[in-house]
Amino acid sequence: MDLDWGWIGEHTDSLTEHSLTHLKLALLPVLFGLIISLPLGVACRRWGWLYPPVLTAANALYAIPSLALFMIFIQYTGLEPSTVMIPLTLYTLSVLVPNVVDGLASVSEPVRQAATAMGFGTLRRLLRVELPIAVPIVIAGVRVAAVSSISLVAIGQLIGQGGLGYDIIRGYQLRFQTQIVAASVLIILLALVTDAILVLIQRLLTPWTRARKRSGGSSRRRHPITGAAPPHAVDAGVSSIAGGGG
Amino acid sequence: MNDLWNQITLSWEWLTASAQWHGEEGIPHRLLQHVIYSGISLLCAAVIGLALGLLVGHTGRGGFLAVSVANIARAVPTFGLVLIIVLIDYSITPVLVALVALAVPPILVNTFEGVRAVDPDAKDAARGMGMTGWGVLWRAEVPMALPLILLGLRTSAVQVVATATIAAYPGFGGLGRYIIDGLARNDYQLVVGGTVLVVLLAIIVQTAFAGLRRLLVSPGLLGSARS
Repeated sequence: MDLDWGWIGEHTDSLTEHSLTHLKLALLPVLFGLIISLPLGVACRRWGWLYPPVLTAANALYAIPSLALFMIFIQYTGLEPSTVMIPLTLYTLSVLVPNVVDGLASVSEPVRQAATAMGFGTLRRLLRVELPIAVPIVIAGVRVAAVSSISLVAIGQLIGQGGLGYDIIRGYQLRFQTQIVAASVLIILLALVTDAILVLIQRLLTPWTRARKRSGGSSRRRHPITGAAPPHAVDAGVSSIAGGGG
Repeated sequence: MNDLWNQITLSWEWLTASAQWHGEEGIPHRLLQHVIYSGISLLCAAVIGLALGLLVGHTGRGGFLAVSVANIARAVPTFGLVLIIVLIDYSITPVLVALVALAVPPILVNTFEGVRAVDPDAKDAARGMGMTGWGVLWRAEVPMALPLILLGLRTSAVQVVATATIAAYPGFGGLGRYIIDGLARNDYQLVVGGTVLVVLLAIIVQTAFAGLRRLLVSPGLLGSARS
């Protein structure tokens, strides 16, 4: 496979422009998805009966091929960016809602009780205690949603809104491999950079997880009893499986 | 709303028209292609993902690397991958390769996380009962990790079924044919009809995995998962 480096050099402007469009088309849906998922997840956690139907609906949406969903929305939103962004937003829900719910579930009961004992009301406890503790699991979901969203946008080019997908299809039509490779590599790079930024955001938002790791995290896996286990590791299913055995 | 109802009736007419049920362009043939592409890809992905996930989870080594590589693989645009290899080698293989690449990460990550999350006490107990490395893996770690392993397989299966539609773009049929043709001809009946079939297939896959979960996972684990 021979790459035409000269072509890449000549087209940095258009590739940059397509990359920016690509990021916008991919990441705005993740943001919208998060805005929808946070209250939805909180509601599912509070009213347990709500969770199974919401999850089933989100999973059913996820099973619809992106191309088909784009096609269906064309009739309502036309050949516009929103035709790509609405389906992508819907897709993120199947990752984000369960992660918000799991994140909130990872708040251990003693912590909740302590917050209540300190005089926190339901809302303040949610905002100041439960959501911050849920951040690592929520961001884990955001990372998966963002990365898959970035790689999905390309298909939007079939309806004319695909960011770097333009170069993939154009390259295919012209049998010009360089253009496809360049666009694909750029998509991967965008995903990697976005992922790294999200990891950074998580570190900034949860300084306590690093402090905990430094103090005794390395002994957690070998000696769960002697090394004080961090609360969310206990709730991540480890203790419940042991409980099932006993 | 009226539009939507019109579409539903139109797709229903399309789905039930007898012309759709015969020959090369017929639903049975396209469905079979779709199932074969998805099945082969999922099988290959399961072999790769399970083997690596179990290995890394069991030995506890290379976990960070495996998960990082899997996450990068998630970023690979399936569409670009398909088209680039199709240009080099025009056959169904590129489509399958791309689908496998799409399906491995969820299987790998879930298997790894499942095995890693197994209570070390339970593993010690298994060793104490005289099990060797293989014994611990097959009789303690895998059964306990099974809910997560199945979740990974299910996620991949649904993704593969939905994404196998792009096999139609370079011209390898499958249910995506209806969607791509419908797009080219501005024929929404065709698009919606094809979509309905793909979604039905995905729902069948989901149901099958729910059944497998009930059949294979130890009741003790399911009970505690609910609490």
